[in-house]
Amino acid sequence: MSRTPLGMPGLRPGSGNLFAEEKFPSAARRELGNAQLRRNLKHATSTIRTKRLNVTGELPDWEELREAGSALKTSVMARLPELLEAFEANVTARGGTVHWARDAEEANSIIHGLVKAEGVDEVVKVKSMATQEIGMNEYLEEHGTAAYETDLAELIVQLDHDKPSHILVPAIHKNRTEVRDIFLKEMPDVDPDLTDEPRRLAMAARAHLRAKFLTAKVAISGANFGIADSGTLGVVESEGNGRMCLTLPETLITVMGIEKLLPTFADLEVFLQLLPRSSTGERMNPYTSLWTGVTEGDGPSNFHVVLLDNGRTNALADEMGRSALHCIRCSACINVCPVYERAGGHAYGSTYPGPIGAILSPLMTGVEAEENGSLPYASSLCGACYDACPVKINIPDILVHLRGKDVDAHRGGMPTQMDVGLKAASWALSDGRRLGAVEKLLPLGRAAAGKDKKIKKLPGIAAGWTQSRDIPAPPSQSFRDWWAKEHKES
Amino acid sequence: MSTRDHILAAVRTALKDAPAVPEVPRDYRRDGDLAQGAVIEVLVDRLEDYKAGVTVVAEAQVPDTIQGLLADAGTYVVPAGLNPAWFGWETDLARVKYDGGSHGTLSVTALDATDAVVTGSAVTVAESGTIILDGSPDQGRRAISLIPDHHICVVHSSDIAQILPEALRRLDGTRPLTMISGPSATSDIELERVEGVHGPRRLDVIITT
Repeated sequence: MSRTPLGMPGLRPGSGNLFAEEKFPSAARRELGNAQLRRNLKHATSTIRTKRLNVTGELPDWEELREAGSALKTSVMARLPELLEAFEANVTARGGTVHWARDAEEANSIIHGLVKAEGVDEVVKVKSMATQEIGMNEYLEEHGTAAYETDLAELIVQLDHDKPSHILVPAIHKNRTEVRDIFLKEMPDVDPDLTDEPRRLAMAARAHLRAKFLTAKVAISGANFGIADSGTLGVVESEGNGRMCLTLPETLITVMGIEKLLPTFADLEVFLQLLPRSSTGERMNPYTSLWTGVTEGDGPSNFHVVLLDNGRTNALADEMGRSALHCIRCSACINVCPVYERAGGHAYGSTYPGPIGAILSPLMTGVEAEENGSLPYASSLCGACYDACPVKINIPDILVHLRGKDVDAHRGGMPTQMDVGLKAASWALSDGRRLGAVEKLLPLGRAAAGKDKKIKKLPGIAAGWTQSRDIPAPPSQSFRDWWAKEHKES
Repeated sequence: MSTRDHILAAVRTALKDAPAVPEVPRDYRRDGDLAQGAVIEVLVDRLEDYKAGVTVVAEAQVPDTIQGLLADAGTYVVPAGLNPAWFGWETDLARVKYDGGSHGTLSVTALDATDAVVTGSAVTVAESGTIILDGSPDQGRRAISLIPDHHICVVHSSDIAQILPEALRRLDGTRPLTMISGPSATSDIELERVEGVHGPRRLDVIITT
């Protein structure tokens, strides 16, 4: 649904799987009740944090690479119209077809049309955040086409009829034993003696998908990078499922967000160092495929790329928030986030969880959409995400900016307790004499604290603060009174 | 107005504050600083870390090394442009499946029935243990180094760069490129790396000096 009258170029919010349908605090409270989930997340995120620090620490120029990556992305956003046009021209010149989609519905409909034109009812898929975001698998399913996820973690999630909870390792919330149980239950022809050894599980996935790869006619992928000055696309992966999908089928459809562009091929020298070290904590991921349009005799003969807006221009229009579009989907911020480590990815609702999701989702949809206004509060503003981000997105600053937007969105109407409280504080704190008068009330608080000198329950909205902590009794006199007394005596 | 024009117009609307295009500071390393011998040592260390097999030999030893590594292979794929002298020892020609050039192309099923593949390589990055194939005649099309379960890859020492920026400068970005850093692997279960998934489960690298 467009909020813009036809013929009037304008911004429209993103659609698809970008929404928290429930306020973050209540979703998080429920997830926190799952002790197994917390154990799995703690184990996985601490493993990856150590690996990342080892491989980023060994590069003498890591900070210089981050600086370059950040500036390159800033420059891409500023030059986006010309880079998009150059990319389109270069893909077309090399035998590819470029499609444009404003939102999830348009993208899904284009993709479905392309699949149908090939006369098939199943496709193989490379892991892609863009297709997750637009809910492509569900759309194709409803229209009679099966989309088979081939990335191991995506396969686990798909077989379990679950939702991804992490952008790099969608099944991070499952441990090895749970994965084995899913395979035994959902994978036809699986060895009934399958153990929970990760190697055995990986082999089971290989056997399960082999025939699919070798016979698929159509593959659908995302893209990590699109190179504007050559029309080259890149997919970074580990298992070889990406290479299978990008190489063997006759038709390849790639879905890419419009912000994924890099100006030149040489710029990969920055991002192919930043991305693998920040995501899986490896010096380099096992496989990276780069292709440009169609190459005679090597790979698909029919190539389509769908350029997706879906709220990206909405985010781009926010001068403070647009740097969220610099994200290269490495997940380093997620893996260091204390809130994510405890609440897990499902609590965020959107396809994009963790610190980056808490800014990206509301920027793409608008803070007023569904419960996305609650996401910027899913943070203690500790700043670990900013330190970890390979392209230096200042996530804490954008979180605060979006909290401001959320507050602005709720202005007007009856003043809330918070409004009244802040008004009163502003009155008292703006004048020394008024503050002095208020401080005369300190002994009242002391009396309320009682014998154990702790205030355990505050009234009204302040009750939230005392829900999990006590306030020590206030002193019997204020500093101001003490000072005045001292100086009178001396 | 087409969807394309709508999106481009929306991008321009979003950028109506005309943000500055920053100068990109390229203060990171653009060239390596190690001698060739040390670069090879780094490469060997990285490849072994990825659980690839590594042999460093003189050019003249390549045929024997290939022969040894293929000992268990019933059949193997050879791209049409690979040096035929490397296979002079082969007596059972039925083991060799050529792909490309005048030989035509092997079907996916035929490739799947083949045990191994031998290819050359375009450029290699020592620091990250990354071998890059660009589809030249000694490497063949992408499918042949993907489907057989054992990949034997020959890397000439003159094609080894210490760091990534040097390596990328030696490539034509519009060729189909495959960057390979070890055998296929996954970190999807509890973020622990396991080697061997859909791509070749065994990677042997022969580095010539």
